[in-house]
Amino acid sequence: MNDLAVRLGVHELIAAYVDCIDEDRLEEWPDFFVEQCRYLITSRSSHEAGLPHGVVYAASRGMLVDRVTALRRANVFEPHRYRHIVGPIRVEAIDATVAQAHSNFIAVRIMHDGEMSLFAAGRYLDRVDLTSKPYRFIERLVVLDSQKIDTLLVIPL
Amino acid sequence: MSEFGADVIRGIPWPSNGLTEIPFRLYTDPEQYLLEQERIFKGPTWSFLCLAAEIAKPGDYVATTIGETAVIVTRDNQGRINAFPNRCAHRGNLLCLERQGNVKEIKCIYHGWTYDLTGRLTGVAFERGVKRQGGMPTEFRKDEHDLAPLRVAELAGLVFGSFRKDAPDLESYLGPQVVGGIHRVLNRPARILGRSTQVLPNNWKLYAENTKDTYHASILHSFLTTFRINRLSMPGGIHIDDSGGHHFSQAKLDYAAEDGDYKREGLRSDTDLRLEDPSVIESVDEYGDSVSVQILTIFPNMILQQIRNTIAVRAIRPRGIDKTELDWVHLGFEDDDDVMTERRLRQGNLVGAAGYIAMEDGCVGGFVQRALRFNDEDSGVVMMGGYDAQSQPFRSSEAAIRGFWKKYRALIGD
Repeated sequence: MNDLAVRLGVHELIAAYVDCIDEDRLEEWPDFFVEQCRYLITSRSSHEAGLPHGVVYAASRGMLVDRVTALRRANVFEPHRYRHIVGPIRVEAIDATVAQAHSNFIAVRIMHDGEMSLFAAGRYLDRVDLTSKPYRFIERLVVLDSQKIDTLLVIPL
Repeated sequence: MSEFGADVIRGIPWPSNGLTEIPFRLYTDPEQYLLEQERIFKGPTWSFLCLAAEIAKPGDYVATTIGETAVIVTRDNQGRINAFPNRCAHRGNLLCLERQGNVKEIKCIYHGWTYDLTGRLTGVAFERGVKRQGGMPTEFRKDEHDLAPLRVAELAGLVFGSFRKDAPDLESYLGPQVVGGIHRVLNRPARILGRSTQVLPNNWKLYAENTKDTYHASILHSFLTTFRINRLSMPGGIHIDDSGGHHFSQAKLDYAAEDGDYKREGLRSDTDLRLEDPSVIESVDEYGDSVSVQILTIFPNMILQQIRNTIAVRAIRPRGIDKTELDWVHLGFEDDDDVMTERRLRQGNLVGAAGYIAMEDGCVGGFVQRALRFNDEDSGVVMMGGYDAQSQPFRSSEAAIRGFWKKYRALIGD
């Protein structure tokens, strides 16, 4: 497989991922990951200090499914959505089975009454499984530029 | 206190001498907020500053706040902990701009005044002038311009500071039971696993009360009941110190029974919800006393939390009448193995800004704050479990909230 095809596949994965979240098809969100995945929302300062705790951490697709079920059925919060804007995606290393990619993003939070604010900015640091189509994330680190989170975080970033 | 002004200003009037009717204007009145800064945060109280582990080496510092007042905490070359205002004695400039660091001395960027790690003024740029012109008058004495030291005290790796000489020593301030509750959780050297800050759109007291509110937990936070996570009978109780301001609540769990139970039982029906991956709640009885939840509060600004195997210190930092920053420091221990660390990280999903059984606390204070806008003339009611602020062997109670107001009223002097 040539690099260009891999790059396009990774671009498509990252674009489809934010589309799924922003269009509230969260039940599909776990399918963007392999079964034995790692998803972590952390901050730049924790990431650089090598601190392992994240505000959200999943070590399996099942933990991602539980996040969505809890959001839909258990947790209480004001309805809101995100609009993710992902910057240029850099695919930095490709071998036969795994690609590594970095991208920048911002997520605008739109409350149910229309109030909008910049909720998060940061980087996605991804490892992508190339062995099946469509591609899936083996690991997605969401490294937030700020360690401050306004009010609560319930919809995944 | 100021010469005139705060001394004669009275706080929001209370409807009675009791603790069950809480005037709503306490959360909305700007003058009350100023009084709190002076009489509570700068009053005869101890505020949590940082963890001793954050300032382990000589020269380490943390810049933080007591209430809204900027302070610096340092480890000096003798290994002692010092704290003083983060404000240069010369023109009042902020001395430490970053949250954390390591320095040999503290140097003001504005005019180069330098202080040692104890806050002693050691250098004044151009003190003798330039080419024998200018400079400080001979009457100027550096030792009259040291940074005023705060009192500091360390307990189980937690560092506290007080502006007041007349505050009782820290252990007397907390009382023996609460001190015991701290030592129970922080019983060995801690390791920092991570930190985050949650910005709450509400008055700081709404969050302080929330952490003392054992009534709301199973109602607002429906995660455990939704996923039918068996909490069995969960015996427990509330311990409140004599001042009312500090407390801890405990609940017990049959860890072994839960573990077997959750894995054995399948779904009962199509509508029955179970966790796909229960590792988020798989916990061990690491203290050997079956206590699965202990929430401990220290007036005015600290919470020590043990929920199963998630240990965290939360610090309440007021940032205006209707804004509060909540600093979370997630802890493990130095003797944790990799399995224990992974367990703590997975259970970390339960708490914090995205916590399954905590995220609602981030928004509910903001809902109260919004509801009180121009509708704050009367009082709320906290009568669950009685009228006073005594320890109780049950948790369907608001006794610890009443304790908060008992301490608060004693300090504000309404």
